[in-house]
Amino acid sequence: MPDTNPIDKKTVEHVARLARINLSAQEIGLYKKQLADILEYINKLNKVDVKNTLPTSHPMGKIKNVFRKDSAKKSLPVEDVLRNAPNKKDSLFVVPKIIG
Amino acid sequence: MHSKKAISNTAKSCLDRIGAINEKLNAIIYIDKDKVRRSAEEKPSGIPVTIKDNICVKDEPTTCASKILENFKPPYDATVIKKLKDAGFILMGKANMDEFAFGSSCETSCYGPTRNPWDTKRIPGGSSGGSACAVASGEVPMALGSDTGGSIRQPAALSGIVGMKPTYGRVSRYGLIAFASSLDQIGPLAGNVRDAAVLLNAISGYDELDSTSRDVACPDFTKSLENDVRKIKIGVPREYFPEKGLDGEVKGAILESKDILQDLGVELIDIGLPHTEYALSCYYIIAPAEASSNLARFDGDQYGLRKDAKNMIDMHLKTRTAGFGDEAKRRILLGTYSLSSGYYEAYYLKAMKVRTKIKNDFLEAFKKCDVILTPTTPAPAFKIGEKINDPLGMYLSDIFTIPANLAGIPGISIPCGFTKKGLPIGLQLLGKPFDEETLFRVAYAFEQNTEFHKRKPNI
Repeated sequence: MPDTNPIDKKTVEHVARLARINLSAQEIGLYKKQLADILEYINKLNKVDVKNTLPTSHPMGKIKNVFRKDSAKKSLPVEDVLRNAPNKKDSLFVVPKIIG
Repeated sequence: MHSKKAISNTAKSCLDRIGAINEKLNAIIYIDKDKVRRSAEEKPSGIPVTIKDNICVKDEPTTCASKILENFKPPYDATVIKKLKDAGFILMGKANMDEFAFGSSCETSCYGPTRNPWDTKRIPGGSSGGSACAVASGEVPMALGSDTGGSIRQPAALSGIVGMKPTYGRVSRYGLIAFASSLDQIGPLAGNVRDAAVLLNAISGYDELDSTSRDVACPDFTKSLENDVRKIKIGVPREYFPEKGLDGEVKGAILESKDILQDLGVELIDIGLPHTEYALSCYYIIAPAEASSNLARFDGDQYGLRKDAKNMIDMHLKTRTAGFGDEAKRRILLGTYSLSSGYYEAYYLKAMKVRTKIKNDFLEAFKKCDVILTPTTPAPAFKIGEKINDPLGMYLSDIFTIPANLAGIPGISIPCGFTKKGLPIGLQLLGKPFDEETLFRVAYAFEQNTEFHKRKPNI
């Protein structure tokens, strides 16, 4: 873990873009400081020796992949699924162009 | 003991109480009163229960207290809701919360803060602050919350009620809008230990729709409510009683509670949980990382808010920028950062390894004791606005509840005292995985031999 916090304006802008959030200049300044403070606190973890420790991604470690039976089941009616859609046509969600 | 009947007749009186005080407290953010009246007539012995607004109730608004889900009405019920409906409970609307459960104060809701019924200038705790306040103020006898880092136990403590986070996997998360999937668990908040056990009975069990729910036997938790704790070994971890960062009155109440339990016959054992001081850091990598990934789905494509734009990326950017509040943005940024190229190993992988150490501390301690006793929170309820511009200070208020989520173990908070100003104090009991029964037993015995749960706020 890096000892110095590499959070600068460019990093905040980059991360915000990855997360699909626009930030104002004021917000960038605020988040830069707050994230740096939080990361400084989090850097405590550098003190723990984890050389021979396996990661825990899940509290119940022994679960393996869980598959359902491959059998047909009733699913939600299309009109129910589309009821919350901001824009729809026939049985489809309508979204803006992806390319072009 | 509450008979089912005794509680049941209160669905309509709950409505009266809600009508009289909810405007002052802002605990419940949605309720269809006619629907409640109809259900009360159909199910005269149904127990009223309010639902945290991140749990899907079919055809009722489910917003996570976020603008990005305003007007969203799920087309299906969460498994816990289906179970409650099948068991004849009466659903009493949706409870306020921190936006997407990101917070410890219930202040980040897009519907405005919920107030603590013991002192309306103060926070009720969070993120299940609406659920806790609704129960503490007598609007409803019980409520569902969710707990990712303390979001049931911390508001239960600060509002003077009982709140339990079950073992990870005890309760299905299907239909709970995900915050951090390896930490989230739905659980009960109630005015007393018995009601919490009744509610957990109703929602527990394996669900094929949640592959992390566990196929284990579900005991009748009300059978654990025995006023006998002799021979139970309770570990007291020294790391939870630091010189700095633990309020004196809270510490006093916890030490007194320890003595009360000793008088009831438990055996107290000093234990160590050496990696406790790293839990908060570990959590604030893992939880935001999982959250940033889970919240990627809110983009305006299929449901919720959409801000129109000419192309897809701009639509997503505009929608998410307008829809998420400040704390949600902060956590998404933090999580995206720690998962991003170049930082994944330094932050996320490292945190998952430290998580192993924290979990092993507990497993080691439970070789020596059955239950672990700690304060639920380092301090009583703070004032609204006090920590809203100090994210790290806010995060520190969950320092004693977070480790149980990292380890996946169950925990309960019960009332154990009041400060001189009359603010409630909570005692936390942590248990072995899938041993909620011993927690209920100790909590019940403590409750039967004390008066704290009988004191009600003057609201």
